[in-house]
Amino acid sequence: MNEAFAARDFGTSLREIAVPPQASPVAADYDEALARAASSDAEPILDVRDLVVTYQNQKTGELTEAISGVSLQIEPGEFVTVVGLSGCGKSSFLSAVAGLLKASSGTISVAGREVNKPGPDRSVVFQKATLLPWRTVMDNITYGLDLRGTPKKEARRKAEKYIDLVQLRGFEHFHPNALSGGMQQRVNLARALVTDPHLLLLDEPFAALDAITRESMQNELLSIWDKTRKSVLMVTHQIDEAVLLSDRVIVFSTRPARIVAEIKIKLPRPRAPEVKFEEGFDRHVKEIFAHIHQSAPKKKEWSYEI
Amino acid sequence: MRSDRSDFRRRKLLENATGLLLSGAVFVALFSLWEAASTYEWVDPMFSSSPTKVVLAAWELISDGTLLKHTIASGKVFLSGFAMAVAFGVPIGVALGWFKWFNKALSPLISAFYTMPRIALMPVFIIWFGLGQGSKIALVLLSAVFPLIVNMQVAMQNIDQDYKRVGIAYGASEWQLFKTIALPSSVPFLLTGLRLAMGRGLLGVVAAEVFGGAEGLGYLIQYAGATFQIDIVFVGVVVIAAFGVIIDRSLSYVSHKLDYWKIA
Repeated sequence: MNEAFAARDFGTSLREIAVPPQASPVAADYDEALARAASSDAEPILDVRDLVVTYQNQKTGELTEAISGVSLQIEPGEFVTVVGLSGCGKSSFLSAVAGLLKASSGTISVAGREVNKPGPDRSVVFQKATLLPWRTVMDNITYGLDLRGTPKKEARRKAEKYIDLVQLRGFEHFHPNALSGGMQQRVNLARALVTDPHLLLLDEPFAALDAITRESMQNELLSIWDKTRKSVLMVTHQIDEAVLLSDRVIVFSTRPARIVAEIKIKLPRPRAPEVKFEEGFDRHVKEIFAHIHQSAPKKKEWSYEI
Repeated sequence: MRSDRSDFRRRKLLENATGLLLSGAVFVALFSLWEAASTYEWVDPMFSSSPTKVVLAAWELISDGTLLKHTIASGKVFLSGFAMAVAFGVPIGVALGWFKWFNKALSPLISAFYTMPRIALMPVFIIWFGLGQGSKIALVLLSAVFPLIVNMQVAMQNIDQDYKRVGIAYGASEWQLFKTIALPSSVPFLLTGLRLAMGRGLLGVVAAEVFGGAEGLGYLIQYAGATFQIDIVFVGVVVIAAFGVIIDRSLSYVSHKLDYWKIA
């Protein structure tokens, strides 16, 4: 028990430094991902065309348009982040791509195949870790594989390398409620990665964490991405997080969501956390902030809304 | 560090011992008062009995095998009825909670049965199943089945939607959602249901045996009461209480084993 407490307090920051990036347990994945990125240039991993999502209020039956005609492509190995004010429909967008929300019109294709329900080609990392409390860390990580009928042994073997990747070695047999928020979120991430999806969907993955844990998790995600080179669609309202991690940042308008700007992040890869101190970083942050600011409703409209 | 811990343990131990001592003292005081009231004839000993008389009566009933016979008879009725209640109640409750239309169709019927005093049906059961074990088992079953149905129904309806969403996002089928999310998260509800059902079932056994029949602890109590053998009534009551405590303790032990993930 004492051991767990120690990890709870110091694990996140110390482990960060302890693992050198070249000691990658998933080097094979890295090469494979690079090869995949190079070979399939022609076809985007995610291809969303003219997506419209309309909600129906379950009580009143009233219809609300959440997303109004969004088109977006993500290339293999690309990290794309959608930012926007809260309630703008960015999470709905991610849910639609995940297949958890029906599109009213438009198409969503993943690796060339049109999708309208969840599938093994996508994995979602939710804002809340939502680990199944009756499963151990190991069994939570293999959950997606279990559902697919992967034999237990093979699932565990696959999980092993992701346990190293998210630095949970030694905690495999813990139950989630014995873990800190940051560690739970790593399990969440490992659970998504172990199914080896074409596209990783991150729904404000660190929003529920405290500032210090969040920062170390961002840095960790940066190094994990460097090792796996997954295609990622992330949704966040943290602009610096978006700039730090992404190749491209998409700014959504307020609801109903439309794309108001698309910013290529011209920071070198592989990135270290220190990239934040570079002058280019701030410029990107300011630029994105300006776009979001412009998308915000004007004062006049606010009073109208009230 | 270590001495802090052993200090803590010693304090905890002392606290537990004091608690045990206090509750023991209450029992001793109560029994002494009872004994005194009977010895000094503050109340009519014929109607009040006394702890020594109860112990003597118990000894007699144990040595001539009567108590064992009645206990076994009641135990059989209880276990059969309870087992059937679990076998029917759990699946029905799960189905009611899981399938919306099944629930809409059956829920008024269930509520009607749930609120009705089951003993009111005993005359019907006697006509249907006879004065033997059948009617008694039927009453235990009917008493114990509803807490199980209702608890499992609530369990299914209270599945954390976030867990369900995770399952769906990872491509779980309806059956997989049920198996990997609904069932494990219903375990605490099941245990609560079992404990409630146990209480209701015991009530059912005694009520059924008081009502009719020629064996069982309820019969023993009823017969002894009718013939002013108050000592024997108390012996029966104590055995039933012990029954309840033993089952409740073992269920709570099992629930700690199965709920391990809820307590850190």
